[in-house]
Amino acid sequence: MCLGIPMRIVEVDGDVGIVESGGIKRKVGLMLIDGAKVGDWVIVHAGFAIEKIKPEDAMETLKLISEGAASLGDVSSGEEK
Amino acid sequence: MRDFRDPVLFKQLANRLKAFEFEKETKIMEVCGTHTMNIRRYGIHTILPTNLDLLSGPGCPVCVTDNSYIDYAIELARLDDVIITTFGDMMRVPGSYESLEMVHSRGGDVRVVYSPLDSLEIAKDNPDKKVVFLAVGFETTVPTIAATIISAEKLKINNFYILTGHKLIIPAIRALLSAENDISGFILPGHVSAIIGVNAYREVLEHYNVPGVVTGFEPIDILKGIARLVTAIRDGVFILANEYRRVVTDEGNLKALELIDEVFEPEDVAWRGLGTIPLSGLKLRDKYAHRDIRNVVDVTPPPPREHPACRCGDVLQGKLKPDECPLFGNLCTPDNPIGPCMISSEGSCHAYFKYR
Repeated sequence: MCLGIPMRIVEVDGDVGIVESGGIKRKVGLMLIDGAKVGDWVIVHAGFAIEKIKPEDAMETLKLISEGAASLGDVSSGEEK
Repeated sequence: MRDFRDPVLFKQLANRLKAFEFEKETKIMEVCGTHTMNIRRYGIHTILPTNLDLLSGPGCPVCVTDNSYIDYAIELARLDDVIITTFGDMMRVPGSYESLEMVHSRGGDVRVVYSPLDSLEIAKDNPDKKVVFLAVGFETTVPTIAATIISAEKLKINNFYILTGHKLIIPAIRALLSAENDISGFILPGHVSAIIGVNAYREVLEHYNVPGVVTGFEPIDILKGIARLVTAIRDGVFILANEYRRVVTDEGNLKALELIDEVFEPEDVAWRGLGTIPLSGLKLRDKYAHRDIRNVVDVTPPPPREHPACRCGDVLQGKLKPDECPLFGNLCTPDNPIGPCMISSEGSCHAYFKYR
């Protein structure tokens, strides 16, 4: 299961860190990315940050997630008319 | 990129897709369980061009895991000195005779974890047990296991093992294309591609002259990917495009790739439905072979067998749509599943049933 939700690093302690998104915090491994620091946005899979992403791309994804489903609902209902 | 926020774009893309029309039946395939699920969940399959068939390929890791692997895990779970740790979706998958959930209900120590690192913690807390992580998954999951193995070495947690069951997507795509499956294009997985990079697909897709588009998971991402692919197919041009630049690069995650290469090497493995594919799986390198539970505990499961009527294997190859299986929705439902494609939330039968 791939979650595309970007999470922000709020704590770094060597190889592990805490990431946060929408008030949910998770402990993650940081071994798969270089130079992880507090404030970085990452994609998380199976308890690891698997890729660092730019803040503007993280914002874009968060907007897509919040608006996407509702907007596509429009398309689908338009289709049925 | 700002236009992503504009809901009008959804309609534009959908209308663009609907305006396409293929003269003859044209098949494209996605190979990612999350794509399978989101395409059905958001109704994307209802706004496709005329004569375009969107197939779900072997993208659900649990579904492509063959029975002999599950049977082996079940035999291990019966041992008193073994704790099996696994991602949740493996629990209910039936092997040849029963599931991990059934063994668990009879007292087998099987624990669901969110991360292989949780499994390492369990090993640390239970030094008198052998703690085995069921290492199932594609390239997105592989580096997380590799990193956990390295951590186990560093921390000298010597009772942590894995049962290797990883699968690689490129050999699977090659196997599908060499079997002349008539696939005209691939929607390529988002997070597998974050690890392996866009360039990893070039050789195989160019060889068969079949275009591919790396695609994200949000509905607009998927629509954009399909639109790009459909345009290339219509115009008869080869493209290898990246519509998920927010996360995916051409080269992939080099650090993750290095870790995979440090810990694992390719080997031939069996896939449900696709048979044995050369160099499509991973085994631990000699240096880490002591972490492979098969080298430590010898169990012999009974001979594997398949449910005679389950067509999961054909579904995984795109040869059969889930609702064309005689069991679908009748004898086989998410509440009473017979095969892995119905059990896993990422399985195409499950997605077809849930969002039909």
